[in-house]
Amino acid sequence: MKRSPTLIAGLAILAIWVIAAIAGRHLAPQDPYADDLLHTLAPPSAAHWFGTDQLGRDVFSRVIVGARDILIVTPLATLLGVVAGTMLGLITGYLRGAFDATISRAIEAMQAVPLVIVALLALAAVGTSNLTVILVIGLVFMPLIGRTVRTVVLAEADLDYVAAAQLRGDGPLKIMFIEILPNVLPLVLVEATVRFGYAIFFVASLSFLGFGIQPPSADWGLAIAENYSLIGSYWWVVMFDVLATASLVLGVNLTADGLQTVFER
Amino acid sequence: MTAAAAPPALAFEGVDVTYRVGDTDRRILRGLDLTIAPGEAYGLVGESGCGKSTAAFAAVRYLARGGRVSRGRILIDGQDIAGLSPRALRHLRSHKVAMVYQDPARALNPSIRIGRQMAEMFEVSEGLTGKPALDRAAQMLARVQIANPERVITAYPHELSGGMQQRVVIAMALSISPALLILDEPTTALDATVEAEIVELIKALRHEFATALLFISHNLNLIARTCERVGVLYAGELVEEGPTEAIIQHPRHPYTVGLLRSAPKAGVRKTTARLETIPGFPPPAGAEVTGCIFTDRCPIATDRCRREAPPMADLGGRLSRCHYPDEAADIPHTTTRPNGEKGKPTRRQGKGSTLLLSAANLSKTFLIGGKTLHAVNDISLDLHTGETLGIVGESGSGKSTLARLIVGLTSPSSGTISIDGEPLAATVRRRLARQLNKLQMVFQNPGAALNRSQTIRRIIGRSGAASEDRLQTLARSVRLADSSLSQKPRQLSGGMQQRVAIARAFAGEPQIVICDEPTSALDVSVQAAILNLLADLQAERGVSYLFISHDLNVVHYLADRIAVLYLGRLVEIGPTEAIFSGPRHPYTEALLSAADPDRARLKGDPPSPTDPPPGCAFQTRCPRKIGRICEDQEPELIDAGGGHAIRCHIPTQDL
Repeated sequence: MKRSPTLIAGLAILAIWVIAAIAGRHLAPQDPYADDLLHTLAPPSAAHWFGTDQLGRDVFSRVIVGARDILIVTPLATLLGVVAGTMLGLITGYLRGAFDATISRAIEAMQAVPLVIVALLALAAVGTSNLTVILVIGLVFMPLIGRTVRTVVLAEADLDYVAAAQLRGDGPLKIMFIEILPNVLPLVLVEATVRFGYAIFFVASLSFLGFGIQPPSADWGLAIAENYSLIGSYWWVVMFDVLATASLVLGVNLTADGLQTVFER
Repeated sequence: MTAAAAPPALAFEGVDVTYRVGDTDRRILRGLDLTIAPGEAYGLVGESGCGKSTAAFAAVRYLARGGRVSRGRILIDGQDIAGLSPRALRHLRSHKVAMVYQDPARALNPSIRIGRQMAEMFEVSEGLTGKPALDRAAQMLARVQIANPERVITAYPHELSGGMQQRVVIAMALSISPALLILDEPTTALDATVEAEIVELIKALRHEFATALLFISHNLNLIARTCERVGVLYAGELVEEGPTEAIIQHPRHPYTVGLLRSAPKAGVRKTTARLETIPGFPPPAGAEVTGCIFTDRCPIATDRCRREAPPMADLGGRLSRCHYPDEAADIPHTTTRPNGEKGKPTRRQGKGSTLLLSAANLSKTFLIGGKTLHAVNDISLDLHTGETLGIVGESGSGKSTLARLIVGLTSPSSGTISIDGEPLAATVRRRLARQLNKLQMVFQNPGAALNRSQTIRRIIGRSGAASEDRLQTLARSVRLADSSLSQKPRQLSGGMQQRVAIARAFAGEPQIVICDEPTSALDVSVQAAILNLLADLQAERGVSYLFISHDLNVVHYLADRIAVLYLGRLVEIGPTEAIFSGPRHPYTEALLSAADPDRARLKGDPPSPTDPPPGCAFQTRCPRKIGRICEDQEPELIDAGGGHAIRCHIPTQDL
């Protein structure tokens, strides 16, 4: 495998945030949840690198700790979407027929509506918690990933190794999961990383709208929602959370690009 | 170069081409020296991976990324192409050199009409535009013997048959009146009858245009029919060169000898002889070898060959890169010639054996764009135990569809199939395990037929070779090294991959193996080994084959009986000897004559299967059409005695 600078950069950014998510409470220089009403909205300084927010909480510490929820919710949601989507793609792509036609039309109909609206409606119906956010995003992603996988499965199913498996009497399950799946896995992995980046953006948007991660979490999207009205005078209460979100998405996308070139070789 | 008058059309002077793969340089061409005089036709022959196409691309400075000419010079019309500016290079490619590739469908832009694509050539080369350019295009099409150029000019490439497309590509290439025309396997993607026509066309045009020709092919016979001189390329090195006639009649390099002998010849049967093969494998691409590059596979190699690389020796008007060119001609045959006594005897199967598989009135129609395509049209055949039934036909004849119907990968529109008298369900999914076991298939392209994510052990093991013992026995019976078992398909050569596919087919002890063009993706020397293997396995196990091929010599070698298909119709069926000795169907006659330069040739392309002619399917191309009856009435299959039947209105005794 060739070394890819893109992949290394992406993985490095990801690693920083994963460490922050796991050990954030120990790494944060100050208590991220402690109010300090004497020092509200203080600009960045030696004591508070990223300044303080409306309640005088240390923004730097909150940014570090804020990585936690999003890095729990988005990988799980992506994993759910990828696993379910891959199964859907295998089944529709290999079995074809009426089932495939129905699912494909349903997916096209769903794609006509912005996904955020679909997710908002679903979350409004079932109530918001980390678990429901994971389930809703996973299910919203499933058909998208399913479609991509289906295209590749269609091409694979035409290859004679599948015919040979049919001729020795292998059933559809064996053929889908033992014969075809390993050959579409590289694509699934790349698709997963792309979707992961999108999930981060998605969850941040939901949190901003109040339907994602809930207070008292130090989540970035939540922090932006709480503070964005102050951005004119106190840029630091919003800017560092924005940059954190952006850098995480960037890290994931670089990883996705890097993986793609490595697989293409 | 003796005559100082005109510089050669193309000259390679000690050319090395290297490709950078990872961190290493691989030498694909090694010191290639060759000269093509103006107007001369030069054939370059060699097996896949020997560097033929690399030489072609190097000649027009169009090497793939990572490739470069690392030593030597290439001159076109006396001009060193390495030093050309982008502008001069463009001029060279638009005025002096033209190239024709293997697959015409990929050389033409699918979304532009033929006339427009051709007109572009005249815009670049002569500055013509609009109507005059289109008129020139039509003229060129007429010169490549396209009957109605006006229609072709308004057509899109997909509306033309493969043979017509290749004619268009040749017309485009010739439209610049090039000093040098490079043909890279120009007929490999075409049917035999069409190939014969294209080869005739190339011969005729060559004299008309006085262009020099570099004809690249894996097929020595094709080169023999078109070229004056031939060079034999092996592992990037020119091993022999000389007048075509001399090289083919009296080869003076062991590799050429092997290449010539491994092609199945008319008249050679599995019952009388094994095919000769070239043992071993060519060195991996770019490997550096001390001594002669062919040593490992050479039957007459000595210590000297391993130590020192032979120079190109002048043998009087011809060259050979061998220490012992005189011995090369006398290399003993490794197997029997017809009626000889050496070699492994093969058991004669066929007559008197019991009926195994029976297909009755099989038909398959597809609906394509509102038209019905009769891919297989009312075909009935029987297969007996231990017998090989060869199925012959051009592309579109329905032979592959027939194979897929029988194994159940496609369900027939009508008709029945039974094994051992027991009717089979239409599709694989509905057939019983023991029925599936009896019927296996070997596919055309082993690369696609083997799962690339599995090891060879797993591929064969999953098909019924449960124990490691069985697995190794099977691997050995197809001459596969034990070490290959833990490899993945892409680590093996095409021939080795096909052996794996054969081992897989035999793993469940089938009674019938359907072979769908199993050697057409392989080199001649590899093909011979695979055919020998199939014949051996049949002799050992008494298995029956349904052997599909477009190559009559291959079918003749292996088959006990032959069925000939045309446009989904069975036009003739009978014992191999009967078909080859005649009487036979005019279409079979045409197939036989396609390989023979002295016989009459079929004109035109097969009609579209969606739009078959009325009456006899073959009447539009038949050289022996007798009149209205052929257009009005479909002939019956008429028994010619001894299990031989012909579908023709002409009385059998006159065929």
